[in-house]
Amino acid sequence: MENYSTSPIKMNFENIKKMLAGVFGNDIIVKEQTTGLQPALYIAADRIKEVCLWLRDSPETYFDFLSNLTAVDNLPENSFTVVYHLCSIPYQLQLTLKVELIADRSLDNLPALPSVSAVWRTAEWHEREAYDLMGIFFTEHPDLRRILLPDDWEGFPLRKDYQDADQYHGINIK
Amino acid sequence: MSQELYREALVAYQKKISDIGSQEMVINMGPQHPSTHGVLRLELITDGEIVKDVIPHLGYLHRCFDKHAEAVNYTKTIPFTDRLDYLASMNNSHAYVMGVERMLGIDTKIPKRIEYIRVLVCELNRIASHLIAIGTYGIDIGAFTPFMWCFRDREHIMNMLEWASGSRMLYNYIWIGGLFYDIPVGFEERCFEFIQYFKPKLVELDELLTQNQIFISRTANIGILPADVAINYGCSGPMLRASGIKWDLRRVDGYSVYPELEFEIPIGKGEMGALGDCWDRYKVRVDEIKESVSIIEQCIARLQKDFPRTPDFDPRALVPKKVNVKAQDYYVRAENPKGELGFYFAAQDKTDIAKRVKARGPSFNNLSVLSVLGKGVLIADLIAILGSLDIVLGEVDR
Repeated sequence: MENYSTSPIKMNFENIKKMLAGVFGNDIIVKEQTTGLQPALYIAADRIKEVCLWLRDSPETYFDFLSNLTAVDNLPENSFTVVYHLCSIPYQLQLTLKVELIADRSLDNLPALPSVSAVWRTAEWHEREAYDLMGIFFTEHPDLRRILLPDDWEGFPLRKDYQDADQYHGINIK
Repeated sequence: MSQELYREALVAYQKKISDIGSQEMVINMGPQHPSTHGVLRLELITDGEIVKDVIPHLGYLHRCFDKHAEAVNYTKTIPFTDRLDYLASMNNSHAYVMGVERMLGIDTKIPKRIEYIRVLVCELNRIASHLIAIGTYGIDIGAFTPFMWCFRDREHIMNMLEWASGSRMLYNYIWIGGLFYDIPVGFEERCFEFIQYFKPKLVELDELLTQNQIFISRTANIGILPADVAINYGCSGPMLRASGIKWDLRRVDGYSVYPELEFEIPIGKGEMGALGDCWDRYKVRVDEIKESVSIIEQCIARLQKDFPRTPDFDPRALVPKKVNVKAQDYYVRAENPKGELGFYFAAQDKTDIAKRVKARGPSFNNLSVLSVLGKGVLIADLIAILGSLDIVLGEVDR
C-alpha cells in the first residue's frame, strides 16, 4: 500500500485531540472515552459539523471517508449518543467521535443536532436511518424522511422504550 | 408544531412528485423486477428516455438486524449476520466474529489452521459473490450465457461450502473463537480440483464478456464515478477501487492471515473508456476473482504442508461458553466482496447481549451514489449502472 502522507508527524488520537482543542478551544471536547480498544472524543453537539468539516479538510488529518454513523439509546438515562466513525484514506487513520444528546423521550421533542451530510454525502442516508429507527433529528438535512420503514410509521423502533403498535392500518398485528 | 417540522421533508418529497412538468413522467422501477437485484424500488422522474432524477425507496427487506442483535446474545447473532449479504455469508460472519474476538482479547490466540480455513472459505465465498455479480450483470445487459456459466461454477462452490458447513448459502460456520467443525477430510483436495477446473473457465468467461464489443458499448463511459465522489458517498470495495483508489482493507488493516498471503489489489484503469465507468467496475471484480483464486491456492498449500489436520485438533477449543465482553465500544471493519462491512458494538458489562449492534453494509452506501450516477442518463443505462453497483438488498435493508 502506498503511503500518500507528506506530513512528517504521524497523527494519533492524542495529537488530534490537542489540535482540535487548539483550533476550536478547550470546550469543544466535552469528555473523552478511553476504555476499550477504540478511544472516542465527545464533541459539543452544536459544533459537530464544523469539527467534522475541519477534520475532513485539514491537511494533517484528511478524514475524507465516513465509515459509519449511528445512534445509541442510553436507557435508563434519558440520553442518546450519536457515534461517528471517521476514516482517513490517505493517512490510514481511524477516529471515533461521539455526541451526547440529553432528551426526554417524547415523540414531539426529538433530540436534535446539526447534520454532517454537507461534509460527507454518505451521512445523508446514515442520518435518515438514525432518524428512522432512533428518532434523532438532524437539522439542515436535505431530505430527512424515513428510509427503511414506511413514511406513516409511528415511533422509533430501536429505542429501548419502544412499544409495538397493536394495529397497522387497521390490521391487528398482535 | 414540531411534528410539522419532522414531516417537512416528506411534504417536500410529495410536492416534488406532484409538481413534475407536463412532459415529465414518474416511473416506478421495481420492487418486483429482476434488474433491481432484489426488492428495491426506484422512483424515476423521466423526460422521454432521459432520467431526470432517481429516488430509491428501501426497506422492503428490512428484517430488523439491529433489533434482533439487541435481543439475543453474541453467539446467536451470527446466523443473523449470514442473512445480511446472503451471497457472502462467510465474509459477514468472519467480520462479526473478528469484532467479538477482539473485544474478548482472544483474536491473537486463534490457531493458524482455523484462520487459514476462515480465509479459504471466505475467498471461496468471495468468488461465488463476484460470479453472481458478473453473471447477473451480463443478464442486465442482455447476455444470457455468462449468467448460466457463472451459476454453474458457483454451484461447485456452494456444494463445497455445504459439505463443510451443512448449509448451502447461510452457513453459521465461523464461530466466535473457532469454527463449527474442521473442514471435512478431502476438502483441500477437492478445493484444489475445483481451482484447476475453474481457471480455464475463467478465461472462457473473460473471452465471452470482457472483450465483447456489445458489452463494451453498453458499459464503457457509462456511469462514470470520480474518485472524490466515490469517497464522499462512502463507496468502498470494488466500487472505490474501480475509481482508481487502491484501498483494500485486507491490506490496510491486515486482519486474519492476509498479511502472510500474496495478492494484488486490482484497480480500475479506464481501459475501455473513462476511469470509474461501469466497465471498470466489472473488470475489477473479474480481476479480484483471479486474486482470490491465487489466495485459495496459497491457503490450500499452507493447510496441507504447515497446518495439517491432526486427530487432536479441536476447532471449538477456544469457543467461549459465555461471551463475557466488558463494557466498551468497538467498530470492526472487513473487506467484503461488496466493500467495507462494519459492525459497531456497544457492549455492556455482566451480560452477553450487546446494548447496540449496528451493521454498516457496503451495499447501503454504494447504492446511495445512484442518485448522482443516474441523473441525466438513459433508462437503459440506468440498468447498466445499477447492475455495476452490485448491491444485495439483504444488506441494504438489513
